[in-house]
Amino acid sequence: MALTTLKRVLSAGYVSFRRNAWLSLATIMVMALALFVIGNLIFLGAFANTVLAQLESRIDVSIYFQPNASERDIFSVKHDLESHADVADVAYTSRDAALAAFRDRHKDNQLITGALAELGDNPLEASINVKAKDSSRFAAISSFLEQKNYSIVDKINFSENERVVERLGSILTAVRASGAVLALVLAVIAMLVAFNTLRLVIYTMREEIGIMRLVGGTGWFIRGPFLVSGALYGFFAALVTTVIFFPLTWYASPKLAFLVPEFNLFSYFLLHLVEFSLIMFTFGITLGILSSFIAVRRYLHV
Amino acid sequence: MIFFDNVSKIYNSHSVALRDVTLRIEPKEFVSIVGTSGAGKTTLLRLLLREEEPTSGRILLDGFDITDVRRRDLHRIRRRIGTVFQDYKLLPMKTAYENVAFAMEVAGRAPEEIAEDVPQAIQLVGLTGKENNFPHQLSGGEKQRIAIARALINRPDVLLADEPSGNLDPVNTAEIVKLLLKVNGLGTTVLLATHDSKVINDLGRRVITFDAGRIVSDEEHGTYMPDVGEEKI
Ligand SMILES: Nc1ncnc2c1ncn2[C@@H]1O[C@H](COP(=O)(O)OP(=O)(O)OP(=O)(O)O)[C@@H](O)[C@H]1O
Ligand SMILES: [Mg+2]
Repeated sequence: MALTTLKRVLSAGYVSFRRNAWLSLATIMVMALALFVIGNLIFLGAFANTVLAQLESRIDVSIYFQPNASERDIFSVKHDLESHADVADVAYTSRDAALAAFRDRHKDNQLITGALAELGDNPLEASINVKAKDSSRFAAISSFLEQKNYSIVDKINFSENERVVERLGSILTAVRASGAVLALVLAVIAMLVAFNTLRLVIYTMREEIGIMRLVGGTGWFIRGPFLVSGALYGFFAALVTTVIFFPLTWYASPKLAFLVPEFNLFSYFLLHLVEFSLIMFTFGITLGILSSFIAVRRYLHV
Repeated sequence: MIFFDNVSKIYNSHSVALRDVTLRIEPKEFVSIVGTSGAGKTTLLRLLLREEEPTSGRILLDGFDITDVRRRDLHRIRRRIGTVFQDYKLLPMKTAYENVAFAMEVAGRAPEEIAEDVPQAIQLVGLTGKENNFPHQLSGGEKQRIAIARALINRPDVLLADEPSGNLDPVNTAEIVKLLLKVNGLGTTVLLATHDSKVINDLGRRVITFDAGRIVSDEEHGTYMPDVGEEKI
Protein backbone atom coordinates (compact mmCIF):
# COMPACT_ATOMS: atom_id res chain seq x y z
CA MET A 1 0.00 0.00 0.00
CA ALA A 2 2.65 2.49 1.07
CA LEU A 3 4.89 1.16 -1.66
CA THR A 4 2.13 1.55 -4.26
CA THR A 5 1.57 5.12 -3.11
CA LEU A 6 5.29 5.87 -3.34
CA LYS A 7 5.41 4.42 -6.84
CA ARG A 8 2.40 6.49 -7.87
CA VAL A 9 3.91 9.68 -6.48
CA LEU A 10 7.27 9.06 -8.18
CA SER A 11 5.75 8.21 -11.52
CA ALA A 12 3.29 11.14 -11.39
CA GLY A 13 6.19 13.49 -10.66
CA TYR A 14 8.23 12.09 -13.52
CA VAL A 15 5.30 12.13 -15.98
CA SER A 16 4.44 15.73 -15.17
CA PHE A 17 8.12 16.68 -15.54
CA ARG A 18 8.17 15.08 -19.00
CA ARG A 19 4.80 16.32 -20.24
CA ASN A 20 5.58 19.90 -19.29
CA ALA A 21 8.86 19.55 -21.17
CA TRP A 22 9.24 23.21 -22.12
CA LEU A 23 8.32 24.45 -18.69
CA SER A 24 10.74 21.97 -17.16
CA LEU A 25 13.50 23.03 -19.51
CA ALA A 26 12.98 26.71 -18.72
CA THR A 27 12.95 26.00 -14.99
CA ILE A 28 16.12 23.95 -15.24
CA MET A 29 17.81 26.80 -17.09
CA VAL A 30 16.93 29.35 -14.43
CA MET A 31 18.02 27.02 -11.66
CA ALA A 32 21.22 26.26 -13.54
CA LEU A 33 21.85 29.99 -13.73
CA ALA A 34 21.45 30.26 -9.96
CA LEU A 35 23.82 27.33 -9.41
CA PHE A 36 26.21 28.87 -11.92
CA VAL A 37 26.38 32.02 -9.80
CA ILE A 38 27.03 29.95 -6.70
CA GLY A 39 29.69 27.93 -8.53
CA ASN A 40 31.42 31.11 -9.65
CA LEU A 41 31.37 32.38 -6.08
CA ILE A 42 33.13 29.23 -4.97
CA PHE A 43 35.84 29.74 -7.61
CA LEU A 44 36.10 33.41 -6.80
CA GLY A 45 36.56 32.54 -3.15
CA ALA A 46 39.34 30.07 -3.98
CA PHE A 47 40.98 32.61 -6.27
CA ALA A 48 40.79 35.38 -3.70
CA ASN A 49 42.20 33.08 -1.04
CA THR A 50 45.17 32.25 -3.23
CA VAL A 51 45.79 35.91 -3.96
CA LEU A 52 45.48 36.89 -0.32
CA ALA A 53 47.72 34.02 0.77
CA GLN A 54 50.29 35.12 -1.79
CA LEU A 55 50.17 38.67 -0.49
CA GLU A 56 50.45 37.48 3.07
CA SER A 57 53.36 35.21 2.34
CA ARG A 58 55.21 38.17 0.93
CA ILE A 59 54.95 39.94 4.24
CA ASP A 60 57.81 38.78 6.40
CA VAL A 61 60.45 39.92 8.87
CA SER A 62 64.15 39.57 8.24
CA ILE A 63 66.57 39.50 11.16
CA TYR A 64 70.20 40.25 10.26
CA PHE A 65 73.02 39.09 12.50
CA GLN A 66 76.41 40.61 13.31
CA PRO A 67 79.08 39.17 10.97
CA ASN A 68 80.91 37.64 13.91
CA ALA A 69 77.86 35.87 15.39
CA SER A 70 78.34 32.14 15.69
CA GLU A 71 75.97 29.78 13.97
CA ARG A 72 75.20 28.16 17.33
CA ASP A 73 73.86 31.44 18.73
CA ILE A 74 71.91 32.15 15.55
CA PHE A 75 70.31 28.71 15.74
CA SER A 76 69.23 29.29 19.30
CA VAL A 77 67.43 32.46 18.16
CA LYS A 78 65.93 30.48 15.30
CA HIS A 79 64.80 27.84 17.78
CA ASP A 80 63.16 30.50 20.00
CA LEU A 81 61.22 31.80 17.03
CA GLU A 82 60.18 28.37 15.83
CA SER A 83 58.55 27.64 19.14
CA HIS A 84 56.62 30.92 19.08
CA ALA A 85 52.91 30.33 18.57
CA ASP A 86 52.40 33.05 15.95
CA VAL A 87 55.27 32.00 13.70
CA ALA A 88 54.44 29.93 10.63
CA ASP A 89 57.86 29.47 9.09
CA VAL A 90 61.49 30.34 9.83
CA ALA A 91 64.19 30.19 7.14
CA TYR A 92 67.90 30.59 7.84
CA THR A 93 70.30 32.02 5.27
CA SER A 94 73.98 31.69 6.08
CA ARG A 95 76.56 34.32 5.04
CA ASP A 96 77.86 32.00 2.30
CA ALA A 97 74.40 31.25 0.99
CA ALA A 98 73.57 34.96 0.95
CA LEU A 99 76.73 35.67 -1.02
CA ALA A 100 76.06 32.88 -3.49
CA ALA A 101 72.53 34.14 -4.06
CA PHE A 102 73.81 37.69 -4.45
CA ARG A 103 76.46 36.57 -6.97
CA ASP A 104 73.91 34.60 -8.87
CA ARG A 105 71.53 37.52 -9.02
CA HIS A 106 74.21 39.84 -10.37
CA LYS A 107 76.23 37.44 -12.47
CA ASP A 108 75.69 39.58 -15.58
CA ASN A 109 76.78 42.76 -13.90
CA GLN A 110 80.57 42.95 -14.22
CA LEU A 111 80.86 46.03 -12.05
CA ILE A 112 79.41 44.25 -9.03
CA THR A 113 81.25 40.95 -9.55
CA GLY A 114 84.46 42.91 -9.99
CA ALA A 115 83.85 44.89 -6.80
CA LEU A 116 83.14 41.69 -4.88
CA ALA A 117 86.35 40.07 -6.09
CA GLU A 118 88.36 43.13 -5.07
CA LEU A 119 86.78 43.09 -1.62
CA GLY A 120 87.93 39.50 -1.05
CA ASP A 121 85.93 39.22 2.15
CA ASN A 122 82.17 38.34 2.39
CA PRO A 123 80.38 41.63 3.17
CA LEU A 124 76.94 40.04 3.69
CA GLU A 125 75.31 39.10 6.97
CA ALA A 126 73.55 35.90 7.95
CA SER A 127 69.80 36.32 8.30
CA ILE A 128 66.64 34.65 9.46
CA ASN A 129 63.42 35.17 7.58
CA VAL A 130 60.23 34.86 9.65
CA LYS A 131 56.72 34.35 8.31
CA ALA A 132 53.73 34.82 10.58
CA LYS A 133 50.70 32.52 10.64
CA ASP A 134 48.74 35.50 9.40
CA SER A 135 49.39 39.15 8.89
CA SER A 136 47.75 40.26 12.10
CA ARG A 137 50.29 38.37 14.24
CA PHE A 138 53.34 40.44 13.39
CA ALA A 139 52.77 42.79 16.29
CA ALA A 140 53.13 39.88 18.71
CA ILE A 141 56.33 38.70 17.03
CA SER A 142 57.71 42.20 17.06
CA SER A 143 57.18 42.67 20.79
CA PHE A 144 58.64 39.22 21.41
CA LEU A 145 61.86 40.20 19.61
CA GLU A 146 62.00 43.55 21.40
CA GLN A 147 61.66 41.88 24.75
CA LYS A 148 64.39 39.29 24.03
CA ASN A 149 66.75 41.97 22.78
CA TYR A 150 69.34 39.51 21.36
CA SER A 151 72.85 40.96 21.39
CA ILE A 152 73.93 39.22 18.18
CA VAL A 153 71.11 40.81 16.20
CA ASP A 154 72.40 43.60 14.00
CA LYS A 155 69.11 44.89 12.69
CA ILE A 156 65.55 43.79 12.24
CA ASN A 157 64.12 44.66 8.86
CA PHE A 158 60.73 45.16 10.34
CA SER A 159 60.27 48.48 11.97
CA GLU A 160 60.34 50.12 8.55
CA ASN A 161 57.74 47.73 7.15
CA GLU A 162 55.75 47.53 10.28
CA ARG A 163 53.10 50.05 9.32
CA VAL A 164 52.72 48.66 5.81
CA VAL A 165 52.43 45.19 7.25
CA GLU A 166 49.84 46.25 9.78
CA ARG A 167 47.76 48.11 7.24
CA LEU A 168 47.91 45.31 4.73
CA GLY A 169 46.81 42.97 7.49
CA SER A 170 43.69 44.99 8.28
CA ILE A 171 42.91 45.41 4.57
CA LEU A 172 43.09 41.66 4.05
CA THR A 173 40.75 41.04 6.98
CA ALA A 174 38.26 43.56 5.60
CA VAL A 175 38.43 42.08 2.09
CA ARG A 176 37.76 38.60 3.44
CA ALA A 177 34.78 39.71 5.52
CA SER A 178 33.12 41.86 2.88
CA GLY A 179 33.79 39.22 0.22
CA ALA A 180 32.00 36.63 2.32
CA VAL A 181 29.04 38.97 2.85
CA LEU A 182 28.86 39.83 -0.84
CA ALA A 183 29.03 36.17 -1.81
CA LEU A 184 26.26 35.37 0.63
CA VAL A 185 24.04 38.14 -0.72
CA LEU A 186 24.60 37.04 -4.32
CA ALA A 187 23.92 33.42 -3.43
CA VAL A 188 20.69 34.38 -1.68
CA ILE A 189 19.55 36.44 -4.68
CA ALA A 190 20.31 33.56 -7.04
CA MET A 191 18.32 31.19 -4.85
CA LEU A 192 15.40 33.62 -4.63
CA VAL A 193 15.25 33.84 -8.40
CA ALA A 194 15.14 30.05 -8.66
CA PHE A 195 12.55 29.87 -5.90
CA ASN A 196 10.30 32.39 -7.61
CA THR A 197 10.53 30.56 -10.91
CA LEU A 198 9.36 27.39 -9.25
CA ARG A 199 6.59 29.30 -7.54
CA LEU A 200 5.45 30.57 -10.91
CA VAL A 201 5.46 27.04 -12.32
CA ILE A 202 3.31 25.82 -9.46
CA TYR A 203 1.09 28.87 -9.69
CA THR A 204 0.13 27.75 -13.21
CA MET A 205 -0.91 24.41 -11.70
CA ARG A 206 -2.88 25.81 -8.77
CA GLU A 207 -6.24 24.78 -10.19
CA GLU A 208 -5.07 21.22 -10.64
CA ILE A 209 -3.98 21.15 -7.02
CA GLY A 210 -7.48 22.26 -5.99
CA ILE A 211 -9.10 19.60 -8.18
CA MET A 212 -6.91 16.90 -6.70
CA ARG A 213 -8.05 17.96 -3.25
CA LEU A 214 -11.72 17.91 -4.28
CA VAL A 215 -11.55 14.38 -5.61
CA GLY A 216 -10.15 13.22 -2.29
CA GLY A 217 -6.37 13.58 -2.45
CA THR A 218 -4.41 13.92 0.80
CA GLY A 219 -1.88 16.73 1.12
CA TRP A 220 1.09 14.43 0.72
CA PHE A 221 -0.33 12.52 -2.22
CA ILE A 222 -0.76 15.78 -4.11
CA ARG A 223 2.42 17.46 -2.90
CA GLY A 224 4.60 14.41 -3.58
CA PRO A 225 4.74 14.61 -7.39
CA PHE A 226 5.62 18.32 -7.18
CA LEU A 227 8.51 17.53 -4.87
CA VAL A 228 9.67 14.84 -7.31
CA SER A 229 9.54 17.31 -10.22
CA GLY A 230 11.37 19.88 -8.07
CA ALA A 231 14.10 17.37 -7.29
CA LEU A 232 14.40 16.54 -11.00
CA TYR A 233 14.73 20.24 -11.90
CA GLY A 234 17.47 20.60 -9.28
CA PHE A 235 19.24 17.44 -10.41
CA PHE A 236 19.39 18.45 -14.06
CA ALA A 237 20.30 22.04 -13.21
CA ALA A 238 23.25 20.77 -11.15
CA LEU A 239 24.26 18.41 -13.95
CA VAL A 240 24.17 21.18 -16.55
CA THR A 241 26.14 23.55 -14.33
CA THR A 242 28.82 21.02 -13.45
CA VAL A 243 29.28 20.00 -17.08
CA ILE A 244 29.45 23.63 -18.24
CA PHE A 245 32.25 24.36 -15.80
CA PHE A 246 34.61 21.90 -17.55
CA PRO A 247 35.13 23.94 -20.74
CA LEU A 248 34.69 27.19 -18.84
CA THR A 249 37.42 26.65 -16.26
CA TRP A 250 39.66 25.16 -18.91
CA TYR A 251 39.23 28.28 -21.00
CA ALA A 252 39.57 30.78 -18.14
CA SER A 253 42.50 29.02 -16.46
CA PRO A 254 45.40 30.48 -18.54
CA LYS A 255 43.87 33.96 -18.35
CA LEU A 256 43.76 33.86 -14.57
CA ALA A 257 47.20 32.28 -14.39
CA PHE A 258 48.45 35.33 -16.21
CA LEU A 259 47.26 37.45 -13.28
CA VAL A 260 48.22 35.10 -10.47
CA PRO A 261 50.60 32.36 -11.62
CA GLU A 262 50.03 30.36 -8.43
CA PHE A 263 46.34 29.82 -9.24
CA ASN A 264 45.35 27.18 -11.76
CA LEU A 265 41.56 27.26 -12.05
CA PHE A 266 41.17 24.16 -14.16
CA SER A 267 43.25 21.94 -11.94
CA TYR A 268 41.56 23.45 -8.89
CA PHE A 269 38.21 22.43 -10.44
CA LEU A 270 39.38 18.92 -11.27
CA LEU A 271 40.95 18.50 -7.84
CA HIS A 272 37.74 19.53 -6.09
CA LEU A 273 35.32 18.03 -8.61
CA VAL A 274 33.70 15.70 -6.08
CA GLU A 275 33.12 18.39 -3.46
CA PHE A 276 32.05 20.85 -6.13
CA SER A 277 29.46 18.62 -7.74
CA LEU A 278 28.30 17.53 -4.30
CA ILE A 279 27.63 21.17 -3.44
CA MET A 280 25.86 21.74 -6.77
CA PHE A 281 23.64 18.67 -6.48
CA THR A 282 22.85 19.23 -2.81
CA PHE A 283 22.01 22.88 -3.44
CA GLY A 284 20.01 22.18 -6.60
CA ILE A 285 17.96 19.28 -5.30
CA THR A 286 17.32 20.88 -1.89
CA LEU A 287 16.32 24.14 -3.54
CA GLY A 288 13.99 22.32 -5.95
CA ILE A 289 12.28 20.29 -3.25
CA LEU A 290 12.05 23.10 -0.71
CA SER A 291 10.73 25.66 -3.20
CA SER A 292 8.09 23.24 -4.46
CA PHE A 293 7.10 22.38 -0.91
CA ILE A 294 6.60 26.02 0.04
CA ALA A 295 4.89 26.91 -3.24
CA VAL A 296 2.39 24.03 -3.23
CA ARG A 297 1.42 24.68 0.37
CA ARG A 298 -0.84 27.62 -0.20
CA TYR A 299 -2.82 25.98 -2.99
CA LEU A 300 -3.51 22.91 -0.87
CA HIS A 301 -5.86 24.93 1.34
CA VAL A 302 -8.91 23.69 -0.54
CA MET B 1 -28.33 10.93 5.77
CA ILE B 2 -27.62 14.51 4.76
CA PHE B 3 -28.94 17.31 6.94
CA PHE B 4 -28.58 21.04 6.29
CA ASP B 5 -29.47 22.75 9.55
CA ASN B 6 -30.40 26.39 9.03
CA VAL B 7 -27.51 26.99 6.66
CA SER B 8 -26.66 30.37 5.18
CA LYS B 9 -23.87 31.22 2.80
CA ILE B 10 -22.97 34.84 2.24
CA TYR B 11 -20.02 35.27 -0.13
CA ASN B 12 -20.14 39.03 0.30
CA SER B 13 -22.74 41.72 0.81
CA HIS B 14 -23.69 41.60 -2.90
CA SER B 15 -24.09 37.87 -3.18
CA VAL B 16 -26.05 35.99 -0.59
CA ALA B 17 -26.10 32.50 -2.09
CA LEU B 18 -28.12 30.61 0.54
CA ARG B 19 -30.46 31.87 3.29
CA ASP B 20 -31.58 29.75 6.23
CA VAL B 21 -31.72 26.51 4.30
CA THR B 22 -32.94 23.51 6.27
CA LEU B 23 -33.02 20.30 4.29
CA ARG B 24 -33.00 16.60 5.04
CA ILE B 25 -32.08 13.92 2.51
CA GLU B 26 -32.41 10.25 3.39
CA PRO B 27 -29.93 7.61 2.21
CA LYS B 28 -30.60 6.20 -1.26
CA GLU B 29 -32.85 9.14 -2.18
CA PHE B 30 -32.75 10.71 -5.63
CA VAL B 31 -33.20 14.45 -5.23
CA SER B 32 -33.24 17.10 -7.93
CA ILE B 33 -32.27 20.65 -7.05
CA VAL B 34 -33.73 23.19 -9.42
CA GLY B 35 -33.94 26.92 -9.67
CA THR B 36 -32.98 29.85 -11.85
CA SER B 37 -29.38 30.69 -12.55
CA GLY B 38 -27.80 32.10 -9.41
CA ALA B 39 -30.39 30.50 -7.12
CA GLY B 40 -27.67 28.76 -5.09
CA LYS B 41 -27.70 25.19 -6.44
CA THR B 42 -23.94 24.94 -6.98
CA THR B 43 -23.29 26.61 -3.65
CA LEU B 44 -25.36 23.94 -1.89
CA LEU B 45 -23.26 21.18 -3.44
CA ARG B 46 -20.00 22.99 -2.74
CA LEU B 47 -20.89 23.28 0.91
CA LEU B 48 -21.53 19.55 1.10
CA LEU B 49 -18.07 18.90 -0.32
CA ARG B 50 -16.57 21.50 2.04
CA GLU B 51 -15.24 23.36 -0.97
CA GLU B 52 -16.79 26.31 0.84
CA GLU B 53 -17.72 26.78 4.48
CA PRO B 54 -21.18 27.95 5.49
CA THR B 55 -21.47 31.40 7.00
CA SER B 56 -23.81 29.97 9.62
CA GLY B 57 -25.57 26.70 10.35
CA ARG B 58 -24.49 23.07 10.46
CA ILE B 59 -24.18 20.43 7.77
CA LEU B 60 -24.40 16.83 8.91
CA LEU B 61 -23.31 13.83 6.89
CA ASP B 62 -24.41 10.63 8.64
CA GLY B 63 -24.57 12.48 11.93
CA PHE B 64 -21.12 14.07 11.56
CA ASP B 65 -20.88 17.84 11.37
CA ILE B 66 -18.64 18.27 8.33
CA THR B 67 -17.87 21.87 9.25
CA ASP B 68 -15.95 20.42 12.22
CA VAL B 69 -13.67 18.29 10.07
CA ARG B 70 -10.08 19.49 10.10
CA ARG B 71 -8.64 20.56 6.78
CA ARG B 72 -6.19 17.68 6.61
CA ASP B 73 -9.00 15.18 7.13
CA LEU B 74 -11.22 16.58 4.38
CA HIS B 75 -10.26 13.79 1.98
CA ARG B 76 -12.23 11.42 4.21
CA ILE B 77 -15.48 13.21 3.37
CA ARG B 78 -14.58 13.72 -0.25
CA ARG B 79 -13.79 10.09 -0.92
CA ARG B 80 -17.33 9.19 0.11
CA ILE B 81 -18.78 11.74 -2.30
CA GLY B 82 -18.47 11.52 -6.06
CA THR B 83 -18.88 14.85 -7.82
CA VAL B 84 -19.66 15.89 -11.38
CA PHE B 85 -18.69 19.55 -11.38
CA GLN B 86 -20.51 22.10 -13.48
CA ASP B 87 -17.15 23.10 -15.00
CA TYR B 88 -15.95 19.44 -15.12
CA LYS B 89 -12.68 20.11 -13.25
CA LEU B 90 -10.67 17.57 -15.21
CA LEU B 91 -6.89 17.55 -14.76
CA PRO B 92 -5.58 19.15 -18.00
CA MET B 93 -2.24 17.35 -18.01
CA LYS B 94 -3.77 13.91 -17.60
CA THR B 95 -5.51 11.78 -20.24
CA ALA B 96 -9.16 10.75 -19.98
CA TYR B 97 -8.07 7.38 -18.62
CA GLU B 98 -5.69 8.93 -16.09
CA ASN B 99 -8.33 11.38 -14.91
CA VAL B 100 -10.64 8.54 -14.00
CA ALA B 101 -7.82 6.42 -12.60
CA PHE B 102 -6.61 9.32 -10.48
CA ALA B 103 -9.71 9.19 -8.28
CA MET B 104 -8.92 5.52 -7.59
CA GLU B 105 -5.21 6.14 -7.00
CA VAL B 106 -6.06 8.85 -4.52
CA ALA B 107 -8.26 6.39 -2.65
CA GLY B 108 -5.36 3.93 -2.50
CA ARG B 109 -6.92 1.25 -4.68
CA ALA B 110 -4.81 -1.59 -6.02
CA PRO B 111 -3.35 -1.34 -9.54
CA GLU B 112 -5.20 -4.49 -10.69
CA GLU B 113 -8.49 -3.04 -9.52
CA ILE B 114 -7.78 0.18 -11.39
CA ALA B 115 -6.86 -1.67 -14.58
CA GLU B 116 -10.16 -3.51 -14.40
CA ASP B 117 -12.58 -0.77 -13.31
CA VAL B 118 -11.43 2.24 -15.35
CA PRO B 119 -12.06 0.74 -18.83
CA GLN B 120 -15.46 -0.44 -17.61
CA ALA B 121 -16.40 3.04 -16.40
CA ILE B 122 -15.21 4.58 -19.65
CA GLN B 123 -17.27 2.08 -21.59
CA LEU B 124 -20.27 2.88 -19.40
CA VAL B 125 -20.16 6.54 -20.43
CA GLY B 126 -19.53 5.53 -24.04
CA LEU B 127 -16.01 6.88 -24.47
CA THR B 128 -14.10 3.73 -25.32
CA GLY B 129 -11.43 4.70 -27.84
CA LYS B 130 -10.88 8.16 -26.36
CA GLU B 131 -8.95 6.97 -23.29
CA ASN B 132 -5.71 8.59 -24.35
CA ASN B 133 -7.16 11.97 -25.27
CA PHE B 134 -6.29 14.89 -23.06
CA PRO B 135 -9.23 17.05 -21.91
CA HIS B 136 -8.47 19.70 -24.53
CA GLN B 137 -8.85 16.99 -27.16
CA LEU B 138 -12.38 16.16 -25.98
CA SER B 139 -15.69 17.87 -26.80
CA GLY B 140 -17.71 19.51 -24.03
CA GLY B 141 -20.05 16.54 -23.79
CA GLU B 142 -17.16 14.09 -23.77
CA LYS B 143 -15.48 15.98 -20.95
CA GLN B 144 -18.73 15.88 -19.05
CA ARG B 145 -18.96 12.11 -19.48
CA ILE B 146 -15.39 11.61 -18.29
CA ALA B 147 -16.27 13.71 -15.25
CA ILE B 148 -19.24 11.40 -14.65
CA ALA B 149 -17.06 8.30 -14.98
CA ARG B 150 -14.64 9.77 -12.43
CA ALA B 151 -17.46 10.59 -10.02
CA LEU B 152 -18.82 7.04 -10.17
CA ILE B 153 -15.58 5.08 -10.17
CA ASN B 154 -15.21 4.73 -6.39
CA ARG B 155 -18.86 3.74 -5.87
CA PRO B 156 -19.47 6.69 -3.57
CA ASP B 157 -22.19 6.87 -0.91
CA VAL B 158 -23.33 10.19 -2.33
CA LEU B 159 -23.22 11.44 -5.90
CA LEU B 160 -23.37 15.18 -6.56
CA ALA B 161 -24.18 15.99 -10.17
CA ASP B 162 -24.12 19.67 -11.13
CA GLU B 163 -25.69 20.08 -14.58
CA PRO B 164 -24.34 16.70 -15.74
CA SER B 165 -26.29 17.04 -19.00
CA GLY B 166 -25.53 20.69 -19.62
CA ASN B 167 -23.56 20.01 -22.78
CA LEU B 168 -25.32 16.90 -24.00
CA ASP B 169 -27.88 16.34 -26.74
CA PRO B 170 -31.27 14.81 -25.79
CA VAL B 171 -30.15 11.26 -26.60
CA ASN B 172 -27.07 11.48 -24.42
CA THR B 173 -28.99 13.30 -21.72
CA ALA B 174 -31.43 10.43 -21.53
CA GLU B 175 -28.47 8.03 -21.27
CA ILE B 176 -26.95 9.99 -18.42
CA VAL B 177 -30.22 10.17 -16.53
CA LYS B 178 -30.63 6.41 -16.95
CA LEU B 179 -27.11 6.00 -15.59
CA LEU B 180 -27.86 8.18 -12.57
CA LEU B 181 -31.00 6.19 -11.85
CA LYS B 182 -29.04 2.95 -12.12
CA VAL B 183 -26.39 4.22 -9.70
CA ASN B 184 -29.18 5.31 -7.38
CA GLY B 185 -30.73 1.85 -7.67
CA LEU B 186 -27.43 0.37 -6.45
CA GLY B 187 -27.78 2.37 -3.23
CA THR B 188 -26.10 5.72 -3.89
CA THR B 189 -27.79 8.93 -2.75
CA VAL B 190 -27.99 11.24 -5.79
CA LEU B 191 -28.21 15.03 -5.73
CA LEU B 192 -28.85 16.41 -9.18
CA ALA B 193 -28.72 20.14 -9.81
CA THR B 194 -30.16 21.21 -13.13
CA HIS B 195 -32.16 23.71 -15.16
CA ASP B 196 -33.43 21.07 -17.50
CA SER B 197 -37.18 20.89 -16.84
CA LYS B 198 -37.64 17.97 -19.23
CA VAL B 199 -35.20 15.83 -17.26
CA ILE B 200 -36.95 16.66 -13.99
CA ASN B 201 -40.45 16.09 -15.26
CA ASP B 202 -39.56 12.69 -16.74
CA LEU B 203 -37.96 11.56 -13.51
CA GLY B 204 -40.92 11.85 -11.19
CA ARG B 205 -38.69 12.03 -8.12
CA ARG B 206 -38.30 14.49 -5.27
CA VAL B 207 -37.68 18.05 -6.48
CA ILE B 208 -36.46 20.93 -4.34
CA THR B 209 -36.80 24.36 -5.91
CA PHE B 210 -34.54 27.24 -4.92
CA ASP B 211 -35.05 30.88 -5.56
CA ALA B 212 -32.53 33.54 -4.54
CA GLY B 213 -31.01 31.20 -1.96
CA ARG B 214 -34.27 30.05 -0.34
CA ILE B 215 -36.17 26.81 -0.69
CA VAL B 216 -39.50 27.71 -2.27
CA SER B 217 -40.87 24.23 -2.73
CA ASP B 218 -40.02 20.64 -1.86
CA GLU B 219 -42.24 18.02 -3.47
CA GLU B 220 -42.09 14.24 -3.28
CA HIS B 221 -42.98 13.76 -6.96
CA GLY B 222 -42.11 17.16 -8.19
CA THR B 223 -42.08 18.94 -11.47
CA TYR B 224 -40.24 22.01 -12.58
CA MET B 225 -41.94 24.75 -14.52
CA PRO B 226 -39.60 27.63 -15.09
CA ASP B 227 -41.40 30.90 -15.81
CA VAL B 228 -41.68 31.84 -19.40
CA GLY B 229 -39.12 34.58 -18.87
CA GLU B 230 -36.43 32.17 -17.82
CA GLU B 231 -37.13 29.63 -20.51
CA LYS B 232 -35.91 32.14 -23.09
CA ILE B 233 -32.50 32.51 -21.46
N1 LIG C 1 -17.07 32.46 -5.13
C1 LIG C 1 -18.10 33.33 -5.13
N2 LIG C 1 -17.92 34.59 -4.68
C2 LIG C 1 -18.94 35.47 -4.65
N3 LIG C 1 -20.18 35.19 -5.05
C3 LIG C 1 -20.42 33.95 -5.50
C4 LIG C 1 -19.39 32.96 -5.58
N4 LIG C 1 -19.92 31.83 -6.07
C5 LIG C 1 -21.21 32.09 -6.30
N5 LIG C 1 -21.52 33.36 -5.97
C6 LIG C 1 -22.84 33.96 -6.06
O1 LIG C 1 -23.75 33.18 -5.31
C7 LIG C 1 -24.99 33.06 -5.97
C8 LIG C 1 -25.34 31.59 -6.16
O2 LIG C 1 -24.43 31.02 -7.05
P1 LIG C 1 -24.50 29.50 -7.50
O3 LIG C 1 -23.29 29.22 -8.30
O4 LIG C 1 -24.75 28.65 -6.33
O5 LIG C 1 -25.78 29.52 -8.46
P2 LIG C 1 -26.40 28.32 -9.29
O6 LIG C 1 -27.78 28.12 -8.78
O7 LIG C 1 -25.51 27.17 -9.31
O8 LIG C 1 -26.50 28.99 -10.74
P3 LIG C 1 -26.30 28.26 -12.17
O9 LIG C 1 -27.58 27.57 -12.46
O10 LIG C 1 -26.08 29.40 -13.10
O11 LIG C 1 -25.15 27.33 -12.07
C9 LIG C 1 -24.84 33.82 -7.27
O12 LIG C 1 -25.47 35.09 -7.09
C10 LIG C 1 -23.38 33.99 -7.47
O13 LIG C 1 -23.10 35.21 -8.09
MG1 LIG D 1 -24.42 26.21 -10.72
